[in-house]
Amino acid sequence: MIEADLKLKRDDFTLDASFAIPSRGVTALFGPSGCGKTTLLRTIAGLEQGASGCFKLGQSVWQNDHYSLPVHKRPLGYVFQEASLFAHLNVKKNLEYPLRRTPESRQQVQYDEAVRLLGLQHLLHRKPASLSGGERQRVAIARALLTSPKLLLMDEPLAALDLRSKQEIMPFLERLHETLKIPVLYVSHSPDEVARLADHLLLMQNGKIAEAGPIGEMLTRVDLPLALGDDAEALVEGTVAGFDPTYQLTQVDFPGGRFTVSGRELPAGHPVRLRIQARDVSLALHASKGTSILNIFPARVDEVIPINPSQMIVRLDTGGVPILSRITRKSADALQLESGKAVYAQVKSVALLS
Amino acid sequence: MTLLAETDLSALWVTLKLATVTTMLLLVISTPLAWWLSQTRVRFKPLIEAILALPLVLPPTVLGFYLLLLLGPHGPLGQLGGPALAFTFTGLVIGSALYSLPFVVQPLQNAFAAMGCRPMEVAATLGAAPLDRFLTIALPAAKPGFLTATVLGFAHTVGEFGVVLMIGGNIPGETQVLSIAIYDHVEALEYAQAHLLAGGLLFFSFLMLMAVYAFSRHLSLVKP
Repeated sequence: MIEADLKLKRDDFTLDASFAIPSRGVTALFGPSGCGKTTLLRTIAGLEQGASGCFKLGQSVWQNDHYSLPVHKRPLGYVFQEASLFAHLNVKKNLEYPLRRTPESRQQVQYDEAVRLLGLQHLLHRKPASLSGGERQRVAIARALLTSPKLLLMDEPLAALDLRSKQEIMPFLERLHETLKIPVLYVSHSPDEVARLADHLLLMQNGKIAEAGPIGEMLTRVDLPLALGDDAEALVEGTVAGFDPTYQLTQVDFPGGRFTVSGRELPAGHPVRLRIQARDVSLALHASKGTSILNIFPARVDEVIPINPSQMIVRLDTGGVPILSRITRKSADALQLESGKAVYAQVKSVALLS
Repeated sequence: MTLLAETDLSALWVTLKLATVTTMLLLVISTPLAWWLSQTRVRFKPLIEAILALPLVLPPTVLGFYLLLLLGPHGPLGQLGGPALAFTFTGLVIGSALYSLPFVVQPLQNAFAAMGCRPMEVAATLGAAPLDRFLTIALPAAKPGFLTATVLGFAHTVGEFGVVLMIGGNIPGETQVLSIAIYDHVEALEYAQAHLLAGGLLFFSFLMLMAVYAFSRHLSLVKP
């Protein structure tokens, strides 16, 4: 477990964050700008003077009422929003900087592994100034990994990049997620990044942790702002069942049935994550025939919540997996939707994330 | 017939020796001082900065006068049994160092400040202890500042007049420097000699400054 109860007072802002998250997987720190996400991350790293409270990673205490480990003694990797590479060192020397300062007995991430994972082989002898934004951030991530961190802190590592660089880095982050067992605390205000990477979610508001929980559950909780926004979505974890080469379609099994999605050919049994946006799910009382929609599942209505005078958000239970549907209030009335009613969820579009 | 009289040659030697020793001394003193100034948030920082900048605005004779009183045989140092440093090379170094201090501290302070705190924070998260990150990150990042500070400190020491006249006493071979030798030549109406030394200094100073500007442009090319 990672347990934190951190406080910091500034003239115009107070951080008072208390949370406990599992020490594995990616935890997204999500919230409106100015809510203190970066400050919390900096406080965890020990970069903020005057912070009080405690922080525990498993058995090791980084900070409590009596002492605070200096930044350079905390076993963490920190990826800043801007790559912040050392301009006077080439890529190789930048990568070797943390390596030379980590005792060999503690080195868990190997140099070759980091270079391969982030695709840096051809960049090693270049100076940071000659790299693109995306390349720089990849070097910064590899450099942070080479401290062999017990916790990786990432502060919106993609925010300063253009769309192309973002798409260039995303696969590397996903690979990181799959291959390394380092817990990651990932600050983001992009729902897309959160959906792709996170396993857990910390919702932050006004310097406090408002809610915490597993990502699938948090996204579909209708008492939280995420489910009520325009981008409301649900995540479904499934496994690849097969691939239809004729139509280039992948079949994915999940507890509520089988999805058919267009996508890459993946080996059967491969775990994947599907993203279903609330606006792409419509409801019917009977299983419709003669429709172009491939993915139709029996579901049970969990909750129906109005989000504005004309629209409702419906939380559905499909074999124990929650998904969201956004429909008009008129339709909800016509279908007489209420908690416990059996319906069919028609999913118009599904995105295969990994 | 030699172009330079023997006293001129020894003045040249004393000048170069003085500028070299002073510059090295100043770099040693100014590096930690400039670093502290660039990082500290203490309330009396403006006071320190004002004191350090005083030599920029004071007439050199004022500084020289007080130094003479301080370092002379009847000054507090002499009273306590210390050596009388006025009219010695050591006294000259102390005077020059004080006089050129802002020319070395300020470029260094600016260079450290321009780096921002991010690189040092990054180095800390990568496991570097404070002295380690100062040596491996802050010093290399301040390279252009060090170049400017060295050249300005050296050139300014070569060019000073008032302080060295007051505290050095113009002893040939000991404390007579070029700028004073020029003055002496002009006083004696030896314009040819004065021309030679003055022209030489002009040319030398110009070369130094050009080197700084050319090199700092080259440096800025490799910045991020």
